[in-house]
Amino acid sequence: MRYAMVIDTLKCVGCSDCVVACQTENNVPHGYCRDWITEAVSGSYPSVELELRSDRCNHCDNAPCVRCCPTGASHIVEGGIVLVTGDECIGCGACIESCPYDARYQHPDGYVDKCTFCHHRLEKGQLPACVSVCPTKCMYFGDLDNPNSEVFQLLKNRKHKTLAPEAGTKPHVFYLI
Amino acid sequence: MQEELFTSGRNIPNIDPSLEIWHWPISVYLFLGGLAAGLLLFAAVVTILGKDKDYPTTVKYASMLPPVALSLGLMALVYDLTHPLYTWQLYTTIRLESPMSWGAWVLLVTTPLSFLWVFSYYSELFPKWNLKFDFLKKFEQFLKKNRKNMAYALVPLSIILGVYTGILLSAFNARPLWNNAILGPLFLTSGLSTGAATIILLAKSAKERHLFSKIDLALIIIELGLIVHMIMGMYAGSEVQLDAMNLLIGGEFTLMFFGFVVILGLIVPGILEALEIKGYKIPVAVPAILILIGGLIFRFVMVEAGQITRYLY
Amino acid sequence: MISKDNYKYIYIRKLMKYMVTSRRKFIKISALGLGGLATTSAAFGLFKTNPLLDAAIKENVSKKLYRSATYCEVCFWKCAAWAYTDENNNIKKIIGNDDDPHCNGRLCPRGTGGVGMYSDEDRLKTPLIRTTVNGEQTYREASWDEALDLIASKFKDIKEEYGPESFALLKHGSPGSHLEHLFKAYGSDTIAEPAYAQCRGPRETGFGLTFGSWVGSPEPTDIRDTKCLVLIGSHLGENMHNSQVQEMSDAIDNGATIITVDPRFSTAASKSKHWLPIKPATDIALLLSWMHVLIEEDLYNKKYVEKYTKGFNELKAHVKTFTPEWAYGITTIKPEEIRKTARIMAAAAPSVIVHPGRHVTWYGDDSQRSRAIAMLNGLLGSWGNRGGFYFKEKISIPKYPHPDYPKPKWGWHDLGEQYPFAEMGITSEIIKATIPNEDNKHPIKAWMVAGTNLINTLPQREKTIEAINAVDFLVVIDTMPMEITGYADVVLPECTYLERYDGIRSATNRTPSIAVRVPAVKPKYDSKPAWWISQQIGKRIGLGDYFNYNDFEEVIEWQLNKLGTSLDEMKKIGVKHFDRKSGPLFLKEGQDYEFYTPSGKIEFYSQQLANKGFAPIPVYTAHPQPPQGFYRLNYGRSPMHTFSRTINNPNLSDLKSENMLWVNPKVARILGLKKHQEVWLKNQDDIVSTFSIKVRITERIRWDSVYLYHGFGHNNKKLSRAFGKGISDTELISKTVVDPLMGGTGLRGNFVSILTENPHKNSEL
Repeated sequence: MRYAMVIDTLKCVGCSDCVVACQTENNVPHGYCRDWITEAVSGSYPSVELELRSDRCNHCDNAPCVRCCPTGASHIVEGGIVLVTGDECIGCGACIESCPYDARYQHPDGYVDKCTFCHHRLEKGQLPACVSVCPTKCMYFGDLDNPNSEVFQLLKNRKHKTLAPEAGTKPHVFYLI
Repeated sequence: MQEELFTSGRNIPNIDPSLEIWHWPISVYLFLGGLAAGLLLFAAVVTILGKDKDYPTTVKYASMLPPVALSLGLMALVYDLTHPLYTWQLYTTIRLESPMSWGAWVLLVTTPLSFLWVFSYYSELFPKWNLKFDFLKKFEQFLKKNRKNMAYALVPLSIILGVYTGILLSAFNARPLWNNAILGPLFLTSGLSTGAATIILLAKSAKERHLFSKIDLALIIIELGLIVHMIMGMYAGSEVQLDAMNLLIGGEFTLMFFGFVVILGLIVPGILEALEIKGYKIPVAVPAILILIGGLIFRFVMVEAGQITRYLY
Repeated sequence: MISKDNYKYIYIRKLMKYMVTSRRKFIKISALGLGGLATTSAAFGLFKTNPLLDAAIKENVSKKLYRSATYCEVCFWKCAAWAYTDENNNIKKIIGNDDDPHCNGRLCPRGTGGVGMYSDEDRLKTPLIRTTVNGEQTYREASWDEALDLIASKFKDIKEEYGPESFALLKHGSPGSHLEHLFKAYGSDTIAEPAYAQCRGPRETGFGLTFGSWVGSPEPTDIRDTKCLVLIGSHLGENMHNSQVQEMSDAIDNGATIITVDPRFSTAASKSKHWLPIKPATDIALLLSWMHVLIEEDLYNKKYVEKYTKGFNELKAHVKTFTPEWAYGITTIKPEEIRKTARIMAAAAPSVIVHPGRHVTWYGDDSQRSRAIAMLNGLLGSWGNRGGFYFKEKISIPKYPHPDYPKPKWGWHDLGEQYPFAEMGITSEIIKATIPNEDNKHPIKAWMVAGTNLINTLPQREKTIEAINAVDFLVVIDTMPMEITGYADVVLPECTYLERYDGIRSATNRTPSIAVRVPAVKPKYDSKPAWWISQQIGKRIGLGDYFNYNDFEEVIEWQLNKLGTSLDEMKKIGVKHFDRKSGPLFLKEGQDYEFYTPSGKIEFYSQQLANKGFAPIPVYTAHPQPPQGFYRLNYGRSPMHTFSRTINNPNLSDLKSENMLWVNPKVARILGLKKHQEVWLKNQDDIVSTFSIKVRITERIRWDSVYLYHGFGHNNKKLSRAFGKGISDTELISKTVVDPLMGGTGLRGNFVSILTENPHKNSEL
């Protein structure tokens, strides 16, 4: 099993519901976030293009944060989800420095925190909070190892990209473009 | 025009708009670690070569510094942790892929060893203060006999320590300024150079001073070469690396980097040392202090500038 | 922080640790290897309990949450939702109700962030009464009894001295309906809300005159099945009206063509196949030209036009000369683009929506522009067809019995009599009638303001404040210390929608449905629901008969029983659906249908307008363009905020805490502006923004305009998160052009220059 998230940038309006939903679901303290909205504009008026997308931890296969963690607090669990065990984390910041997506932050309680793909919801058979609230339904989540899954089919049939592929991290958040 | 921005939800302390996760203690620690590595390596090599009587500053006086430097460095390191009460977690596991883990373990072994090294010279260093307990005296004798063995251990340990201060940064390919293989040797060289400078500063005999001036000059030349190499490497790199290089050669860190690190921290002391070797009367403290300041600033520049560079956004 | 159990758990983790480096990899590799065997339905739930789960998260998850039914009040789309509370009565999250047609189980960011409306520690906490201490005006905390007694005495005084009509109610949202009941019982129909004359009014007039029907909210647009969606200055996606945005997303999935007309490259424009970057204030020219192309190229929906419309020949003659070439000179949109987009609409017809928009008070001829939009829809035959506009329906909620309202001598209608097509109270007319004037037949002497921050809502702030200074008495009811509360004689803290019962939601949709709002928690601080406030004032002024219940719960229960359900059932389901009774959603082929217009047809030519001396078919009139050194002040919505009311919400302020000034790179170059530079704006009437705003240099905006999100720039320090963040567009809108049909105030004719030096340097704020 390999979990992946697929985000359709053609539908995303950047409303940030994913961000608030994550905040209320995961008790993310005010002033911090596990996901956020990026806006990329190119061209010049009136030939302009705009991409809106919801960004977060990419749950990389080749996760630099897990590699550089000196205590093993950052680790990968079944499904390829990268997690941090708060009481093993010393707050050295190495994982934050190592992440090309700047997806991790230091929780005010000291440990490093980030998107978990709502691991606790998956256990109950629910989708991640961000995916479950998205008003435009531009976010998809599922098992990439399963050829019948929505995410597998979307990636098979649609043009897509990942962020900073040159960083070599093998990210598992995909963007339909 | 290209525009990429966080349109909402992002303004995380210490991360936006650019990383400030590692603060001054990290730079200080990297400097002190490199300095200690240099001093320990020289002390060990001199001992192994059996020249310890010829170069007393190297093996005896200057090596009082590494335990202090390493202890201060460790304190700085722990000070910069946001979850410091969990520091012991470092020693519950060995993570081969994590430079931080390597560093933690190397420090765990090297720091006590550096204390033992000094202790083995206790009677010579502090002849007026006798050890009160017999077992301590015995212990000193034991260490004295095993000095060479300690030296054999210290050679690899100090090299790992010196290289590690650079690899710690270069292991992060998310920070284009850091992500090059030169950083390990560069930091090692710089660490050795600061070590040599310290010995020059403390040395009592002209012989010892001259030897380390020569060594330091060679190290300066190597270091300059490595810096050129690093910049050329980034010049030939991807766009993010070009941006990173621009921070050093045409951006906000240019003055600090070229002014204080390259010119005042390497070229000027190099020339002064060369002149001194040629026999000109130069107060040796000047190049040595310049090198130490240059080494410290170098680490500040690399840590701070590196955190500005990123792949996205 | 670490409990005993956690120690055990850490210890076990430590024991495992020495194997862990390789073991984690092993799981991963084995998972990758075996993944193919997993079935689709097993995509989730394959986890066994995971000892590695972070303790902090575990704690959060293990909490048992209780849910209560509500509908959202953060914007006015009113999505039904579930508020989840934990055992300590903390509201943890709010999730959309799956059965609700307004949200389909998915709230927008504001709905999800509604938690912050409740938790905001800046909320109004207790009644406040204006008082003078040592010559300085200030507020003192008061008991509810004292505050309500004072208000009741003012109600009596006003009635005795001037008549009840002189007490005006300015309101928005759910509290409005409770207070409206109080005012009508009291004898005042002097009621208005900014949602009409500053927002949606013109489109209701324009569509009403054409189709005989208001657009209403939610708009009856069948976006999910449309083949072509045309947005005219309407920025769906930034304007986060929930189901509408959801349906736009469905339309994108279905391959619908979106055409956006907007001087700014809006989010919707970025989703569009065709973006027409129109010169601001020239939309009517484009609409006339589109109609010209449809008619001249014979592309209009002939059967539909023949059967259901009136005045086609007049329209044909009218638009004869409005060629795309003519429009090009006005709109700067190339003739071939106008032709191409008209053909796309025609090809999609009748499954095409030329969207009526929502905030449409722009240039003063807005009813006529809305009419042109309605007529374009008429030519395409989209009204009453799948993929166009459906015939909406709602269920009417039985009225809880109360005595008849007295008949006021005058009311909102009389105040707006010079606007023959006004169908609701006009806020600006209430202001006018409040400012003392000898010719004023209907002077207003007191205001109650509820749920609307007039200071950041109404244009011409000076006039609003002049009126406020003129009233004998002003009472403000709000949840937050909005600017308007600072002008009140009495401030009443209303509890939030999460802490109260409110009227049953019944809105027009494809099928009728109702939703209830049940308090999730008790009111925080000393705040009270608006129904209670109305009742308490009512009882004190002898109107107890109108409030014949102890708790509003009884009213809802009575109404729900009449509707064939019960409060208990509704608490469990939140939303209930009913069958349609008004007939099918769409016209059947060749079906006879009578529109609610005087002629029973869709009126291309409006005799009603002609009778009142207005243009029976819309005409284009040129509006002023910004002079040298000035830029048109355009404003709009960010998807995570509702007007000025959410800026201080802790959750939503996290998303966007300040607005930025969008400036075209060319303008930035000319003015030497840098990214994130702080600037101030000064408008054509020399009004300078109170605060500064950061510059965003972007290609998304035309060189003749600047743009910013509406609602920011709060100047009440009690709003700790919102104070001084960004600037308020409203304070710079000092010039309005009034719509002669219905009194709407056109807000988009203001021009600003950009100041790089702090104009307030020498003055204390």
